[in-house]
Amino acid sequence: MSSYHLDHLQYLETEAIHVMREVAAEFERPALMFSGGKDSICLLRLAEKAFRPSDIPMPFLNVDTGHHFPELNEFRDSRAAELGGKLIIRKVEDAIKAGIAVPTPGEVSRNRLQIPTLLAAIDEFQFDCAIGGARRDEEKARAKERFFSFRDSFGQWDPKNQRPEIWNLYNARVNPGEHMRVFPLSNWTEMDVWEYIRRENLQVPTIYFSHRRQCIRLGGRGQWLPVSEFLVPRPNDEVKELVVRVRTIGDIISTGMVESPANTVDDIINEIAAARVTERGSRADDKASEAAMEDRKKQGYF
Amino acid sequence: MSHPIEILRFNTCGSVDDGKSTLIGRLLYDSKSLMEDQLEALERSADITGGGQINLANLTDGLRAEREQGITIDVAYRYFATPRRKFIVADTPGHVQYTRNMVTGASTANLSIVLVDARQGVIEQSRRHTYIASLLRIPHLVIAVNKMDLVGWSEARFTEIRDAFEQFLPLLDIKDVKFIPLSALNGDNVVDPSKETPWYVGPSLLGHLETVHIASDWNLHGFRLPVQWVNRPNNPRDPRLHDFRGLSGQIAGGTVRVGQPVMVLPAGHRSTVKEIWTHSGSLEEAFCPQSITLVLADDIDVSRGDMIVGLDSLPGASTELHARLCWMHPKPLQKGKKYFLKHTTQTVQAVVTAIENRINIHTFEAEPNPSELAMNDIGEIRIKTAKPLIFDGYSHNRLTGACILIEQGTNATVAACMLQPPVEPIRPEYNDFAI
Repeated sequence: MSSYHLDHLQYLETEAIHVMREVAAEFERPALMFSGGKDSICLLRLAEKAFRPSDIPMPFLNVDTGHHFPELNEFRDSRAAELGGKLIIRKVEDAIKAGIAVPTPGEVSRNRLQIPTLLAAIDEFQFDCAIGGARRDEEKARAKERFFSFRDSFGQWDPKNQRPEIWNLYNARVNPGEHMRVFPLSNWTEMDVWEYIRRENLQVPTIYFSHRRQCIRLGGRGQWLPVSEFLVPRPNDEVKELVVRVRTIGDIISTGMVESPANTVDDIINEIAAARVTERGSRADDKASEAAMEDRKKQGYF
Repeated sequence: MSHPIEILRFNTCGSVDDGKSTLIGRLLYDSKSLMEDQLEALERSADITGGGQINLANLTDGLRAEREQGITIDVAYRYFATPRRKFIVADTPGHVQYTRNMVTGASTANLSIVLVDARQGVIEQSRRHTYIASLLRIPHLVIAVNKMDLVGWSEARFTEIRDAFEQFLPLLDIKDVKFIPLSALNGDNVVDPSKETPWYVGPSLLGHLETVHIASDWNLHGFRLPVQWVNRPNNPRDPRLHDFRGLSGQIAGGTVRVGQPVMVLPAGHRSTVKEIWTHSGSLEEAFCPQSITLVLADDIDVSRGDMIVGLDSLPGASTELHARLCWMHPKPLQKGKKYFLKHTTQTVQAVVTAIENRINIHTFEAEPNPSELAMNDIGEIRIKTAKPLIFDGYSHNRLTGACILIEQGTNATVAACMLQPPVEPIRPEYNDFAI
């Protein structure tokens, strides 16, 4: 006798596939945001499940801040090629040159500058929908997102005026110039993502696993950051070679390295099960203020 | 390594200050689902705004405006897990103007928790929330009588509140109701059974959430596959795929097997299931709510919005619909105005031809012929659609019996509709004749 029963990953999977197919059917020019990070790796597998044996009916889009981990970009390029997908990359560097993104004096982080770069790419290709890998469990502002998150012609999210989302009936209608952000992984947790990676036997960039790396603690305090061309040690910084991995990948200048011996997906799952801080605890960009994410999202951030 | 873990989705509802956010905070805190940085953030905000007192509600009230006003303005989703189950929580606000958020949060729930302040007892909001849970056919209901510490853990008070509910529960369509006395603030009967309630023999709230039977919550009677996307490879590298024509969708009811005869509606063409295709390999059988791609034995014209159904239990087909509706927009429902109607995978034009009644939330009685339905009103309407819908009664199938209305121009989602059962099932012989 078969059991008519889905476990939690199968339930999350069927929900996400349904969302992806709604996007393919309802939008004329959708794109799928693919960074090479663990969440978007799951998105690509879900896209395969939603659309094979056909080609995935949308290009992959990535905003390159210029501060990416090289391992991430390599993985991004090879995975996109393996799937036969078209990968569109738009660089913050170019957006700055074109005057689309304007850094404030002394602003080192490219985090905020991703927003105008992304919006310009959406405009350039006339995308009416962008699928992203954001999850509600990541952050308090994200906990209030819909699966289909409407953005006005300025790309803005208005949390007080969201469309009610009832049953699995997603209202995908947008007027010209407006677009939708769609989050198939809304209901996934960090643990679900890794369990899915394990079940589906998915490859991930090597920096998720334990490796030796020169790390730096600015002014001898705070979290360990990777030494790179953007973070060159100065006299009062603390520098150490450590055995580390990343838990969440942001820019190389703001991604905290976690000391960890985790070498396999199983190790990572065990580590998360015992973790005492959240994933975003290692992202300096989210610690700027209580409402850092909310403010960025309102402007057009994912 | 581990046994399969199910997901239980629930929502919490109650009026302002009934302690919804505190209850969720308590569930997360006591089930050890909170992390150190979240606790640190709580402590930081306690120092700033709470006079040093940790406020568990700050865990769920995520937006700046909410923290400033101390209220919840939208549905917030939370996740936690125990070794037995994973939980998706929709924290839905209780203010009267935000009923639409409760409908949003509750529409996908297996279970609703209605919070009642033990001091206040049953108030209008309690009746409204219970009614909405019934309207949406949420399979399981928990009445959480909160702040029991403030009434001295009085069994008499608890019984009084339960009796007040039981006076109107028989008027509603709720099969499974559980009453639990608790204190979210102190954690009594939330995760661990309380010493304060020796007179209460039932489980703690979490104990109930971990064990309530949800495997039968999906509809497994009457196969329904709304076609979402037609899967035709453009330039397949594999020559076997040259003629591949798959019909992709999420099963909205029942089960399907290879070899099973099916009918494609509204056209009425019959065929049999040749293959149940998935990326992970073909299946012999699939069931609701799996996402699959069906290959039929015959090459017939099928497109998005069609529904593939089993022959044993046929749905209705009509352009004239009778529905219960919750209006969700500041602009009232207008009779005679055109809206878009989205039902399963199809969107059609629709006109509301009659507003038959509005439900009085105090008495649950239908008040006939209201001039309009305003935000948060619930009533019965008649709709005429430009194309026939293939549908079931919402009471029979929550997925094929539900639709939403969308305002043309603004594209705002303005209503959630629950369809009444069809007057008669579609008659296939008529359709054979029509072909």
